[in-house]
Amino acid sequence: MWADIRLIAGKDLRIEWRSRITLSQVLPFALLVLVLFGFALDANRPVLDAATSGLFWIAVLFVGLMAVQRSTAIETTDGARRALLLAGVEPAAVFLGKALAVALQLLFVETALVGGVIVFYDASIESFPLLAATCVVATVGIAAAGTLLGALVAGVRARETVLPILLLPVLAPVLIGATRAFDDALGTVAVDGWAWLGLLAGFGAINIVLGALAYGVLLEET
Amino acid sequence: MSIIRLHAAVALIGRFPALAGIDLEVGAGEVVLVQGPNGAGKSTLLRLCAGLLRLESGTGEILGHNLGRDRPAIRRSVGLLGHDTALYDDLSVRENLDFWAAASRCDASAVASALDRLGVAVRLHDVSVGLLSAGQRRRVALAAVVVRRPQLWLLDEPHAGLDPSGRDLVDVLVADAARAGATVLLSSHEVDRTLDLASRRITVAGGTITGDIISGDIVPGDIVGGSSSDVG
Repeated sequence: MWADIRLIAGKDLRIEWRSRITLSQVLPFALLVLVLFGFALDANRPVLDAATSGLFWIAVLFVGLMAVQRSTAIETTDGARRALLLAGVEPAAVFLGKALAVALQLLFVETALVGGVIVFYDASIESFPLLAATCVVATVGIAAAGTLLGALVAGVRARETVLPILLLPVLAPVLIGATRAFDDALGTVAVDGWAWLGLLAGFGAINIVLGALAYGVLLEET
Repeated sequence: MSIIRLHAAVALIGRFPALAGIDLEVGAGEVVLVQGPNGAGKSTLLRLCAGLLRLESGTGEILGHNLGRDRPAIRRSVGLLGHDTALYDDLSVRENLDFWAAASRCDASAVASALDRLGVAVRLHDVSVGLLSAGQRRRVALAAVVVRRPQLWLLDEPHAGLDPSGRDLVDVLVADAARAGATVLLSSHEVDRTLDLASRRITVAGGTITGDIISGDIVPGDIVGGSSSDVG
């Protein structure tokens, strides 16, 4: 199982590295979103300060959407999904491998985005452990839910437009929880960020279990 | 021993019964040509035998595994070349085959010899698949099937997109597989070529088998339309 997870994740990351899409397109897009939000709110500095966490996670959700669409397309473009079934790879391993690859790409972009909010929004980090933990736990939830829904819409003709409609509402708890936890980590709002982290962990765990159980059915049916 | 045994097999594509009650029995070492017009159900038959489609009704057994209950075991034992090549554009030829060999728990050392057998030049091994021609992709996809050493080869239009030397290679592969005891089910519109290759020819039309002829009885004129003299 672990070998298969590594195999699938390694393959997806190698494809990503070769195509340079995260580096040359997704990352600039994410930074551009931050800059544009900055332009829109810079005239009202207190609003920008208060909204920094939310803007960060909205940018992450957009990036997550792009990463999941790309991850789904890798398997659907030339019939690789069927070949994975024929190869006999455990569907749960395919799910976990693909989710892991998406999560690692997201964490890479989030690292740059944290730098972005420090540079563009003049944000300061009050609690680095909370900030890092929030990024990791929320990213796991985004990657797991995204990979699961990506498989669900894989057989749909207009999947590029269907996926955001399905995925963004599902990720609303991540947006809320991660924003609150980030508020605490950045010291912009006095909340208990660690408590919100619990919500994020629960969301991630549910989606990992659900994905590991349901991915095989989705591979078969879509 | 029967490698494929289908009785009144029905398979759906969406809600459409692409196979509407197929009866078929294929033994070990047979090379069976599946022919018929477009949309007859040839590809669906191959996918059903690969365990990729659910058997909606009827009974089926592939390589001794129940088609209704044990599709994962069937999938692991067959090699399917479909219309898609199942190759990743951004990975090199070698990386693609190494990946599929590892995923299928096959011997990775067989990759180089499979590529050599399919005439994929060494200089192409490190080239991204996305840069290959359609024919070269087809050869690499066939090499991936060879690496699996399947007991049942399911080849959907294996000659399509290949140059004459590539088509000859497919014929040699099929003949070698049959000699080694494997069973081959292939659909092809390359009538002249496959007549010499196949030990048996079945005709599919409207999701059912309308003709079944053993090699000695095959006459080139029969192939085009599946004559009424075919024995069902």
